[in-house]
Amino acid sequence: MSGIIKSSLARKYAMAISGLFLVVFLMQHFIINLTSVFSKDVFNEISHFMGNNPLVQFVLQPVLIFGVIFHFIMGIVLDLKNRSARDQNYAQNNGSANSSWMSRNMIWSGITILSFLVLHFIDFWFPEMNYKYIESLPVDPDRYFDEMVHKFEDIIRVGAYVVSFFFLMLHLLHGFSSSFQSVGLNNKYTKSFKTFTFAFSIVIPIGFIFIALFHHLTA
Amino acid sequence: MMNLTLKIWRQANATTKGKMVTYPIENVSPDMSFLEMMDVLNEQLINKGIDPVAFDHDCREGICGMCSMYINGEAHGPDRFVTTCQLHMRKFKDGETITIEPFRANAFPVVKDLAVDRSAFDRIQHAGGFVSVNTSGNTQDANNIPIDKHDADKAFDAATCIGCGACVASCKNASAMLFVSAKVSQYALLPQGKVEATDRVLNMVKQMDDEGFGNCTNTGACEVECPKGISLENIARMNREYLFATVKG
Repeated sequence: MSGIIKSSLARKYAMAISGLFLVVFLMQHFIINLTSVFSKDVFNEISHFMGNNPLVQFVLQPVLIFGVIFHFIMGIVLDLKNRSARDQNYAQNNGSANSSWMSRNMIWSGITILSFLVLHFIDFWFPEMNYKYIESLPVDPDRYFDEMVHKFEDIIRVGAYVVSFFFLMLHLLHGFSSSFQSVGLNNKYTKSFKTFTFAFSIVIPIGFIFIALFHHLTA
Repeated sequence: MMNLTLKIWRQANATTKGKMVTYPIENVSPDMSFLEMMDVLNEQLINKGIDPVAFDHDCREGICGMCSMYINGEAHGPDRFVTTCQLHMRKFKDGETITIEPFRANAFPVVKDLAVDRSAFDRIQHAGGFVSVNTSGNTQDANNIPIDKHDADKAFDAATCIGCGACVASCKNASAMLFVSAKVSQYALLPQGKVEATDRVLNMVKQMDDEGFGNCTNTGACEVECPKGISLENIARMNREYLFATVKG
């Protein structure tokens, strides 16, 4: 068993499984955000539950943060290792002849998403931690919608969201379907998987962009 | 007839630094193979007292896996499902500048000019790419063992890998996973190979990592550039085999 920890295939499994975990999180985050378009009360209710349920706060949230950090560190380590496998680069390399731009630039789309997450944490997570655990302000189940809309009033922030989710789309277009290949799933269902992952990779980021623009325009 | 400009990587030996050198070449027939064109160039260089360009070649019919040039940014050039020896000059335009480099990867060090040392592949094969024949004098006729036609076809497709290294050369990570997975699959799919499947995949992957190849990030470049059309399906199979082998111990 010790060999698997250091092997190149273990790194593949680790990237794929942590990536799939983050895709599941992304979907649930999208569904919750989407409710804000239809109902302020439902959004507040779900947000209050997510922000105060002990299971979500003290089990799922640490697992999620670990998953995010692990995926990023592993991705950067992999990229550095892969670059070191070829010291002398080609004078002419026609990468677009045999692979997609997304697949060749996962590190750059990933770093863009990482930058967005820093902004996202400054915008929402740190103020939330401050509200609940540092200043211990009174519980207010109706504050979440207004806090979110207030953030989306700033056009620069909305612009940053649009750019970041565009890069998330590029990242998912390669990463989501690729994770199935990494864990060994390449069979007669692969074509259907690819259609699903392609649609997911387009629809979810565009959905997030739509929600940000919706609140900016209706604020 | 075509007139071309060739930009070729020249490197005297493994320890010296190399550089791109430009050579004009005239009267190239569109019906020549790429290696024949290189032969003509070398004759011209020899007549001028210049050291000819070293490059690997053997069968010149696409089955030995020796020729290994990175032409205009692609392993074995712009054509599909062909090795460099099967690439014809009609694929290029009169007046074109053609860039020719060796297959580049730290695990494939340059020996001279366009010739690289691909013995890393041999060592991976030695680590497990075989079936031990411990028959004790009771060899069973292989034709008596029923094999699912789909498995036989897939094993045969994997076995068409000629080990040229185009997968490594094309991969942005210099990963050898398409080659290794083809060798793993070719045996794992057949009853004769299943006996040693666990040790095989563990040992071959370990040797692959020890040789310094990069990690696979599923860009699919290897599959596109492979002269034998080895499928990415083999990499997925190797991933499964390795996972099961690790759990099994």
